[in-house]
Amino acid sequence: MLYREAGQFSVRYADDRRFFRLRQGRLGLAALLTFAFLGVPLLGNDYWFSAILIPFLVLSLAGLGLNLLTGYAGQLSLGSAAFMAVGAFATYNFELRLPGLPLLASIVLGGLSAALVAVLFGLPSLRIKGFYLIVSTLAAQFFVQWALTRFGWFSNYNSSGVITAPPLQVAGLDFSSPAGRYLLTLGVVSALFWLGANLARSELGRNWMAVRDMDTAAAVIGIPLLKTKLLAFAISGFFLGVAGALWAFTYLGTVEPHGFDLSRSFQILFIIIIGGLGSILGNFLGAAFIVLFPLLLSNLATLLPAGFIDAGQLENLQKMVFGVLIILFLIKEPEGLARLWQRFRERARLWPLRY
Amino acid sequence: MSAAALLELQDISLSFKGVRAISDISFAVAEGEICALIGPNGAGKSSLLNVINGVYQPQQGLIRFAGRECRAMRPHDAALGGIARTFQNIALFKGMSVLDNVLTGRNLKRRAGWLEQALRLGRAPGEDDRQREAAEQVLAFLRIQPWRDAIVGRLPYGLQKRVELARALAAEPRLLLLDEPMAGMNAEEKAQMSRFILDINREFGTTVVLIEHDIGVVMSLSDHVVVLDYGRKVGDGPPDEVRRNPEVIAAYLGTRH
Ligand SMILES: Nc1ncnc2c1ncn2[C@@H]1O[C@H](COP(=O)(O)OP(=O)(O)O)[C@@H](O)[C@H]1O
Ligand SMILES: [Mg+2]
Repeated sequence: MLYREAGQFSVRYADDRRFFRLRQGRLGLAALLTFAFLGVPLLGNDYWFSAILIPFLVLSLAGLGLNLLTGYAGQLSLGSAAFMAVGAFATYNFELRLPGLPLLASIVLGGLSAALVAVLFGLPSLRIKGFYLIVSTLAAQFFVQWALTRFGWFSNYNSSGVITAPPLQVAGLDFSSPAGRYLLTLGVVSALFWLGANLARSELGRNWMAVRDMDTAAAVIGIPLLKTKLLAFAISGFFLGVAGALWAFTYLGTVEPHGFDLSRSFQILFIIIIGGLGSILGNFLGAAFIVLFPLLLSNLATLLPAGFIDAGQLENLQKMVFGVLIILFLIKEPEGLARLWQRFRERARLWPLRY
Repeated sequence: MSAAALLELQDISLSFKGVRAISDISFAVAEGEICALIGPNGAGKSSLLNVINGVYQPQQGLIRFAGRECRAMRPHDAALGGIARTFQNIALFKGMSVLDNVLTGRNLKRRAGWLEQALRLGRAPGEDDRQREAAEQVLAFLRIQPWRDAIVGRLPYGLQKRVELARALAAEPRLLLLDEPMAGMNAEEKAQMSRFILDINREFGTTVVLIEHDIGVVMSLSDHVVVLDYGRKVGDGPPDEVRRNPEVIAAYLGTRH
């Protein structure tokens, strides 16, 4: 019923380029955004904002950052958390050392710093691929964590390397309440998703996929390989850097370099594997899964008789189920939840035929 | 040889780790002609195409294309100069749709920068329309519109060959290099592909260099045939003349193939 396509034809090429070709899709997106910006702040409670919605949004953005690099451009990376850390610590320092700089400007500069670092560690990608590139990005992961811990300057000589959120003010409005932090996060994430979705469908997005699928043919067509790959690292780094700044300041409030360790990089990687490589929607699906799944398991555990399973066991159980799920996805559905959703939608079409 | 050569190779030699693949090959391709490269497997035909558009750098020789001379091409310069090609083993972007593959073939026609496109400012939207329009014309020309949105990796082999030709044609090339465009096709598909190649040559004046094993197709399609054997040139001329050349008969039309 919902996916009735009858009578909706693209009459201009611009119609074909829309994110949602069908009216239902566009109305749905408008309704979702209205609800997210106006409804949720009124209806939600602090627990939902702080423990579920904010991390969900930030992880979706981080997923998008890695997905542009790995899912679209085909460059494997285990350095996501490093670029997030650079974004967070750079934003902190811009706020600290340039008083009066607007918060959003600091976040953008933080993202740009992460982009720069990502480009440096992406330089070897012209020569090396696959497994060896993973090693190079892994080096980024360890180097950044080491540098942030080793040089006190980055954390303004805090004894344990902890940085604390600057006042969360944009255009004179205060965003430090849980609902405010949610709105700030939502605004930034929505804007960057719009940008990312545009990029993925632009010439650059196609060039990324071309390099991913067949790089000799891409070169022969005139796609500059080095520039295309480095732009993937830069833009991915920017998105991850902004995600890192949000993670530190709208989600956690305080963070230390250890908060951006290798397991965080793996978490982002799992988001895009579960959600779907080379999919925009998949980042939301993967992030929702990563955030909700542990909650679901621990809620299930409370239904069991008391003492049946303790917290430590629960955590191990979580990890095991996760591992199995990742393997299942890799084998059964490499295109992730986004592909499952697409199949479901195709079944829901009514006209002219299901296919 | 006609005066207006679009492409001229002079004493090209190429070896891989000391093993000679091409030895001292010279020939010229006139503007607007269809030139066929023939010869047994391993003769060096594909390597020669790779030299022409810069995938391989020869150790020796000169390449002259459109009046400019160089020791070796580079793929990006070749594309800028108007050389497009297809590969012996299909080299499409398998995870992308037919339309996206064809659009990618036109990436050098883009003027708007990536940020302009991401923010959908300035030249970007109008240019998107023009690129799409041109891509649609190529899809129509090669009759593949019905598969516009299909993912290329899921199409049958014969269609993939046609999509690869579409991607090359989308660049509006001056010189089109086709490496065995009809390999693995049945007679009907071969006839259709020959028709497409002739149409491209006549309608757009595109110069074509193609590699083909089917001697019937070669004779009917080409204006000029170059015969290779063991990396050497053993024949060069109009099809009828080459067919009568005893060395060619011994090397190619003889027992080995
Ligand atoms: N990349 C390469 N590395 C090493 N040897 C190669 C390479 N490409 C081609 N050759 C060798 O060069 C010779 C010519 O090959 P090729 O040009 O593919 O012949 P053809 O296309 O006429 O069948 C063969 O002996 C082949 O093994
Ligand atoms: Mg060959």
